[in-house]
Amino acid sequence: MTDKARLVAGIDVGGTFTDLVQIDQASGAVRLAKVPSTPGNQAFGVMEALRQAGSDLGALDLIVHGTTTTTNAVLERKLSRTGLITTMGFRDVLELGRRTRPQAYGMTGQFTPLIPRDLRLEVPERMDASGQVVTPLDEDAVLAAGHALLAAGCEALVVHFLHAYANPAHERRAAALLRDIWPNAHITMAHAILSESREYERGVTAAVNASVQPILARYLDRLTTDLAQGGYRNDMLVMNGNGGMVSARLVAQEAAKTVMSGPASGVMAAAYTGRAAGMENLITYDMGGTSTDVALIRDAEPAVSNEIEIEYAMPIHVPMVDVRTVGAGGGSIARVTEAGLLQVGPQSAGSDPGPICYGRGGSDPTISDANLLLGRLDPAKLAVAGGVALSDVAAIFDTKLAQPLGLSVPEAAEAVIRVANTRMAGAIRMVSISLGADPRDFALFAFGGAGPLHAAALARELGVPRVLVPCRPGITNALGCVVADLRHDFVTTLNTPLDALDPATLDDVFDAQIDRGERMIAKEHIDLTGIRHIYSVDMQFVGQTHLLRVPLEQPNVDLATLQALFEEAYFARFRVKLDRIRANLVNVNTSVIGMRAPLDLSTLIDPAGRKETVAQAQTGTRTVRFDGAMLDTPVYWRDHLPLDVEISGPAIIEQMDCTTLIEPGDHARGDTGGNIVIEIGGAA
Amino acid sequence: MSLDPITLSVIQAGLQQVCDEMDLSFSRAAFSPVIAEANDRSDGIYDAQDGALIAQGAGGLPVFVGTMQYSTRTLIEMIADGCVAAPQPGDIYIVNDPYLGGTHLMDVRFALPFYRNGEIYCWLSNTGHWPDTGGAVPGGFSASATAVEQEGLRLPPVRLFKQGVLDTEIYSIICSNIRVADQRIGDVRAQAAALELGAERLGLLLDRYGDSVVTEAIAELRRRAAEQMRAFIAQIPEGPHESTAWIDSDGVVDVPLAIRLSVRREGDGLSFDFSGSSEPCMGPMNSVRATTLSSVYLAMRHIFPEVPISAGAFEPLYVTGIDGTFLDAQYPRPVSGCAAEVSQRIAEAVFAALVSVLPNRVTAAPAGTSGNFALGGHDPDRGRDFVMYQLSGGGYGGYSGGDGLSNGCSTIGISKAPPVEIMEQAFPVLYHRYALREGSGGAGAQRGGFGLDYEVELRRGSATASFVMDHGRTGPLGALGGADGAVNEVNVWQNGAPYTPLHLSKEQNIPLQPGDRVRVKTPGGGGYGDPFTRAPDLVAEDVRLGRYSTDQAHDLFGVVLDDLGAIDVTATNKARGKE
Repeated sequence: MTDKARLVAGIDVGGTFTDLVQIDQASGAVRLAKVPSTPGNQAFGVMEALRQAGSDLGALDLIVHGTTTTTNAVLERKLSRTGLITTMGFRDVLELGRRTRPQAYGMTGQFTPLIPRDLRLEVPERMDASGQVVTPLDEDAVLAAGHALLAAGCEALVVHFLHAYANPAHERRAAALLRDIWPNAHITMAHAILSESREYERGVTAAVNASVQPILARYLDRLTTDLAQGGYRNDMLVMNGNGGMVSARLVAQEAAKTVMSGPASGVMAAAYTGRAAGMENLITYDMGGTSTDVALIRDAEPAVSNEIEIEYAMPIHVPMVDVRTVGAGGGSIARVTEAGLLQVGPQSAGSDPGPICYGRGGSDPTISDANLLLGRLDPAKLAVAGGVALSDVAAIFDTKLAQPLGLSVPEAAEAVIRVANTRMAGAIRMVSISLGADPRDFALFAFGGAGPLHAAALARELGVPRVLVPCRPGITNALGCVVADLRHDFVTTLNTPLDALDPATLDDVFDAQIDRGERMIAKEHIDLTGIRHIYSVDMQFVGQTHLLRVPLEQPNVDLATLQALFEEAYFARFRVKLDRIRANLVNVNTSVIGMRAPLDLSTLIDPAGRKETVAQAQTGTRTVRFDGAMLDTPVYWRDHLPLDVEISGPAIIEQMDCTTLIEPGDHARGDTGGNIVIEIGGAA
Repeated sequence: MSLDPITLSVIQAGLQQVCDEMDLSFSRAAFSPVIAEANDRSDGIYDAQDGALIAQGAGGLPVFVGTMQYSTRTLIEMIADGCVAAPQPGDIYIVNDPYLGGTHLMDVRFALPFYRNGEIYCWLSNTGHWPDTGGAVPGGFSASATAVEQEGLRLPPVRLFKQGVLDTEIYSIICSNIRVADQRIGDVRAQAAALELGAERLGLLLDRYGDSVVTEAIAELRRRAAEQMRAFIAQIPEGPHESTAWIDSDGVVDVPLAIRLSVRREGDGLSFDFSGSSEPCMGPMNSVRATTLSSVYLAMRHIFPEVPISAGAFEPLYVTGIDGTFLDAQYPRPVSGCAAEVSQRIAEAVFAALVSVLPNRVTAAPAGTSGNFALGGHDPDRGRDFVMYQLSGGGYGGYSGGDGLSNGCSTIGISKAPPVEIMEQAFPVLYHRYALREGSGGAGAQRGGFGLDYEVELRRGSATASFVMDHGRTGPLGALGGADGAVNEVNVWQNGAPYTPLHLSKEQNIPLQPGDRVRVKTPGGGGYGDPFTRAPDLVAEDVRLGRYSTDQAHDLFGVVLDDLGAIDVTATNKARGKE
């Protein structure tokens, strides 16, 4: 560990932009870049961002990369041709799913399995639920299936046998045989990526892993070659969906873990920023063009789930930061229903044609257009966008919304915002409640292009007392790459009633998890200030199916304490006391975290650019509509505001890629980390 | 004062939120997997005077969409008549009587009077499917019951919680009459806590907007839901639009039961006349009034999912002609099949009647059976008795936008099937296959989805198999020239000898020994449109994927494929009569 990372670049490739943050940990000097993403080969965008930032690749100690390569491949189904070898009688598991439909009402909808039926082959073999062999593995059949799939043009392979989590011998033997005939390393044993029962979930997780593996491997190969040619000499790290980093050399082995890499890094940045600002309980609110991502952070720890379903019938059961997507974004379309009610979303104008104000031919009123009509977004920027006048937007609002509702155009625009905020607040409340948290105990961390514009109103609706707007809301994901810790998560399933559990077993499991994590971290050459651990157990009452996570301060805990902690957590969550029913300990969890040195985030806004007074940072005044009243609202340039700024609403703060709205009655102040904290007046 | 449309939207979202939170809380805290995993439950808010539905959770089981307003209304009437004790704040009533606005006995309703300023403002109610309420067979689905007493414990409305405190005397009577009673307290607490949470949230909503504004909004939302439904109905030709759907048998007498439906538009309302349907039956395939109405409502909601769930949406729907039929069974007719099977066939009749006049909204018939296979027995290795359920999906009907989904959940449900691995962990069985049922999708321009084909073996001990399924005699109806989906098939191998249940889809207590097997093939969905107009390359693709055979491509779709699976255009045109 001689080469300590001092000059670090975080690069996040998003759907629209590739963002870069480079921080010199010695001097605090910061460089930023934002360039269009290059979906064909994301490496172009990455290299362009490095060029724009003027990064010296030879001098960089560390590059940490968040990528949507695998996310896009999955969501757009641009996957490698992948074959499945599975237990006789069960090749259709991936197609039959769990007997569901996409919506509760409406008997329509489609589902396409990740691996088509002709590439799913069966071989004689069978384990029972206790891991005993019922039918021995037919090795000739395995080889024949492998050859057949090769001949069918498959690049990656999944070996998925029933009950392999209980006894992986057949999967291991089959994989060993197949490695001799398979031309590459892209063979996924399902039990190795997820060692839990439920054949559909494990099979889909393995199928995702295999079918994005060649794509991720190729991409990283290209990028590391480009970087090396540019003079970069070190290992690159890639952000995983659990918010931890893994070496680019190893990451493709468990490629499924990088799905959700981007959203996870945003949440990690939020946790980091919150901890530095002394606000450790946050709801992250990342509002973009088509959707909004929401996550929960408690005591500066993002909630992590290993049961995420990224779209209908596509569960990926590896630990990932629990980011939930709410179907509302700037492009959400407003319309009047047959019953004369105003409805916003779920349809979206997307980015093409996008809102009317983008000037790309959009003709449906959207949330962004409403913000523009109300003066919350700068109408002067319209001219830049091209071709659309404010009056064009107003005319569409008049025909499609105002007239049917019997309102004026500004009233209709305000109504769109109000209804959208109510829906988003409801969705955020459901997310927090489903995770067992009351939103009123949290602050809202607003980022993404549109987050800070709506955050204050949402906070009021949710009863959240304050909003945290970071220095650079538009590049939060890239910042997450820079600040993220090393992290390895371990889950061991015991599934034993508490009164039948040997305390020594529990201790052994925790010890083994800690040992494995610390050894992995030791292999990564990163400058750390220390190692910390997060312990928890997942418990339930015997007979239940849902789990309740019980955090533990330390691993060595006696069973009576465990019982008490569980009952306490259960009562807090459900207000139900069930003291006569036995408790069951299902999972033992440890996260081993290698902590990086703290960074001063206030330098993300160049201190030299900040003015002495608030007045000097003011760029003008706009008339903005709030609750029916037209108010003269001062507009400030964020980069010019003094660090210890104090502003009472109404006010607008603009910066390169984001607008923050401070509503009347709210009060904003700057903190030493360069954040803006909005105190919500009269929170409901 | 008149309400602006925005406040209305906001209050609508707020009421919905209260119900969604109740649903979530109930499922997460429940013990019964039927509630916790399968979401066989629903929560809602009901009018203080007539029990009319104000709002209901979006994630509730569809078949409960219309039932709770009837059970709440009945409760209100019984309180007014003095046959049920008057409520006090903090009380929660329990009731599962099917004839008092219910479904089957296992669906247990709780109702909480919600007070504002000393008056009942509205009722909060929920339904949860309990895993057992006593009766002849574990789980309550007896295929051969001939009276409701054989199906389980029947509870009239009584106050299980009095001023917030559980009445342990009533509770002990319940526990003494049901199986696995030791875990029921968890479900009871979860069900009550969900209502209490709802009460707290609703109180906050009223505090914020004011009681009179919310009251006015509720009335306006009801009016508007009715208006929206009427606007949709107005597009439907007057009719009559007729259909007949069949149930294999009642499980006791082996004679098919007919649902005869005539739908007619009357102004901007829609009448559903079921007269001519079969008489009440001996076995458990009877429906009760509330379930019959609810089945019509849920079918209409599948067709018009945009209309919010509110009593207003149901106002323009008139159900007639059910008196004296098996769709309005009276005490003591057995009813365990009403929620899982009869309800789906009623929905199928609605779909079949309307598909020709709403061809872009309605699908061909979905599989339409819950496929209930129960295996009860003794596991010697664990030294205890067990009851295993395998509920299965089937194919959905083709529709204007595409082929039907394969292995979809029942029309009236939204639950997930348990994994094979979990079943084998819990029960002494081994599955030999869990596969797509090839060839089962009804042929059509848009074909039906495929059913499920599974085969399971008893490994040790002894057990009996029972089946409450349907569509064994006739398949799910095709539409607009499409073919019916494949019929449900059940086969049992006892000591190697094949056996088919007498009623094809229903039989109780077939004895099994180790090594004996059960194979079930669930129905495919109905086809939509003339199969000879299906694009030949789609047919070839299905053959390539092994979903149909080459012969079926020819016989069902008129598509001729060569040995390599390529389309023989000339022969296809000839087969399709397009020379």
